[in-house]
Amino acid sequence: MTDNTADMAAPASKGKSLLAQDARTRKRNAAETRFKAYGIAALAFSILFLAMLLFAIVRNGVPAFTQTFVNIEVELPADVLDKNGNRDIDDIKKVSTFGYNPLIQDALVAVTADLETDVADGDLKKMLSSSAGATVRNAVIANPDLIGQTVEFEVLASSRVDGYMKGRVVREDLARDRNLDAAHLDLVDALSETGGVTRKFNWAFILGADASESRPEQAGIGVAMLGSVFMMLVVLLLSLPIGVAASIYLEEFAPQNWITDLIEVNISNLAAVPSIVFGILGLAVFIQFAHLPQSAPLVGGLTLTLMTLPTIVISTRASLKAVPPSIRSAALGVGASEMQTVFHHVLPLAMPGILTGTIIGLAQALGETAPLLLIGMVGYIASNYPDGIASGFLDPNSAMPAQIFEWAKRADPAYYERAWGGIIILLLFLMTMNIIAIILRRRFERRW
Amino acid sequence: MLDDKYHADRAVGTMQDKKITARNVQVFYGDTHAIKDVNVDIADKTVTAFIGPSGCGKSTFLRCLNRMNDTIDICRVEGDILIDDEDIYDPRVDPVQLRAKVGMVFQKPNPFPKSIYDNVAYGPKIHGLAKTKADLDEIVESSLRKAALWNEAKDRLHQPGTGMSGGQQQRLCIARAIATAPEILLMDEPCSALDPIATAQVEELIDELRQSFSVVIVTHSMQQAARVSQKTAFFHLGNLVEFDDTDKIFTNPQDPRTESYISGRIG
Repeated sequence: MTDNTADMAAPASKGKSLLAQDARTRKRNAAETRFKAYGIAALAFSILFLAMLLFAIVRNGVPAFTQTFVNIEVELPADVLDKNGNRDIDDIKKVSTFGYNPLIQDALVAVTADLETDVADGDLKKMLSSSAGATVRNAVIANPDLIGQTVEFEVLASSRVDGYMKGRVVREDLARDRNLDAAHLDLVDALSETGGVTRKFNWAFILGADASESRPEQAGIGVAMLGSVFMMLVVLLLSLPIGVAASIYLEEFAPQNWITDLIEVNISNLAAVPSIVFGILGLAVFIQFAHLPQSAPLVGGLTLTLMTLPTIVISTRASLKAVPPSIRSAALGVGASEMQTVFHHVLPLAMPGILTGTIIGLAQALGETAPLLLIGMVGYIASNYPDGIASGFLDPNSAMPAQIFEWAKRADPAYYERAWGGIIILLLFLMTMNIIAIILRRRFERRW
Repeated sequence: MLDDKYHADRAVGTMQDKKITARNVQVFYGDTHAIKDVNVDIADKTVTAFIGPSGCGKSTFLRCLNRMNDTIDICRVEGDILIDDEDIYDPRVDPVQLRAKVGMVFQKPNPFPKSIYDNVAYGPKIHGLAKTKADLDEIVESSLRKAALWNEAKDRLHQPGTGMSGGQQQRLCIARAIATAPEILLMDEPCSALDPIATAQVEELIDELRQSFSVVIVTHSMQQAARVSQKTAFFHLGNLVEFDDTDKIFTNPQDPRTESYISGRIG
């Protein structure tokens, strides 16, 4: 018996050289190499798509940050703008933008006087945004002393002219366009050489309000940004304390029984519920039942709080669980109560995880569009800045992702460009939040 | 002859000022009967060692003495445990007060991730033992002195306690435990994570602590029990098999199971 096994083992181990790989080893090594190759391929694919995404966003979105302006010298005659001649602000306000349009037309005629063109004088205004009259009027109301002078204005060019300057609109497109002729473009070319038409950075896109469908050149994301900020304030102020308190109770104090098990399962499931469901819940509870104002950032914030809570609870519980039990024993051992143990020792150690989870939850909420759809924050034209804190929470507003969605829906290709530009701003916000999360994590992290 | 008289005297003496009395203590973890009918009297100003093979219940019983088992939901304790003739499982007893009176040192050194000073000062702070900052400083110093750590720690009081060596950390935990002025000190295998030199230091310290506290120590090292304790209890499978003077347990055990254990045949 023993002889037998010795005979069988001896030749097998004798003939093998360590210098040559046997078939089995080769197969294993090949499998490993293959697996690594799959991993690298997968990574390369994701990086490729990410690069394509970023490239598309930047290429399509960056033009939204510049805008074409036309420089005109507008004569502001006193007999038209201030008939009584006493510079009474109420009298000046009586002249509507329609009163200013002829003045702007005259200015355009003057600018193009030296240029040869087929464009009728009355058609020159197609080069300008229809907001030009309002721009001049607002300047006059702000400073009535301008009346009687000839003042230089920088007014927005129309979206077609802007698109031509950015290469979005080409001459062939204009054949079927009633808004602009090729002759206009000749004028634009000539004026841009002399500096009459310039393209420059457009703060109004970042800080301004949304505009009506026909004036994409005027639209900005600023008011919607404020809406998002007020919403995030609501989300932060509600979901952080409620989420952390709930997690601490569930993790440290609650008895282990079927009720807490049930709650636990439900919280995990809530994190996976589609956000539009939270939207309809918000509509039913906050607007139809509680009669809170529609389209208000307060309601948006409350709805997004519902959505963010599970994320915060899950991450908080995970970081509480990660605190070594020896710290709890140590605190209880010197006679700390359970609450002192949690607040003096466990919570500070769990803080980096809690903050990271909270900021990730907030970032998720910031980018959420679907729930806003149901509470009326999409489709609302956010044209006014809120008057104060209370109005910031309660007045109808939009939010950044909702504004982007709204722009993407609109027909004018100039709005398409703005949608991409809005996405850049939204991504910058998210990036900032993630960087804050990383910094907080580093700062609060303690080793033990 | 002289020896016998000495032991007898000490036995009488210790019986008179007994600190902890356990009667018919049963502990259940869910359906598991972990401690079976334990009766023991633990004297004041003595070191009592609990020895026994792994899983015999010695740590479980130790943790009953300051109700650390309360934090385990499925754990149930029956019988009476009296400290100074007061039932510590009486519903009127607040475990927080109990644990200030019965300090505990754990198997693995577990200082808080705070400074050395804050580690020691934490207990006195939450129990309101110090009125002023000076009082607190004094408590911290005397606790560190009692834990034989003052000389090593006095220049780095505000550096993190987690930066010390394992043996220092364990002595810091002892300092933290005695800072709340307990009367009983429970030690759950305090040297099992330490090297021999640190172990020797802690053992020496335990011997000194006997002057002021009643020390109960769980250990898996029989040599350690023999070195530091005056009384030894041998646990086996949840039963308290034998409890007597340490020399007697190691030289003349009454129960065959004790003899098997100390001679290395079981456990």
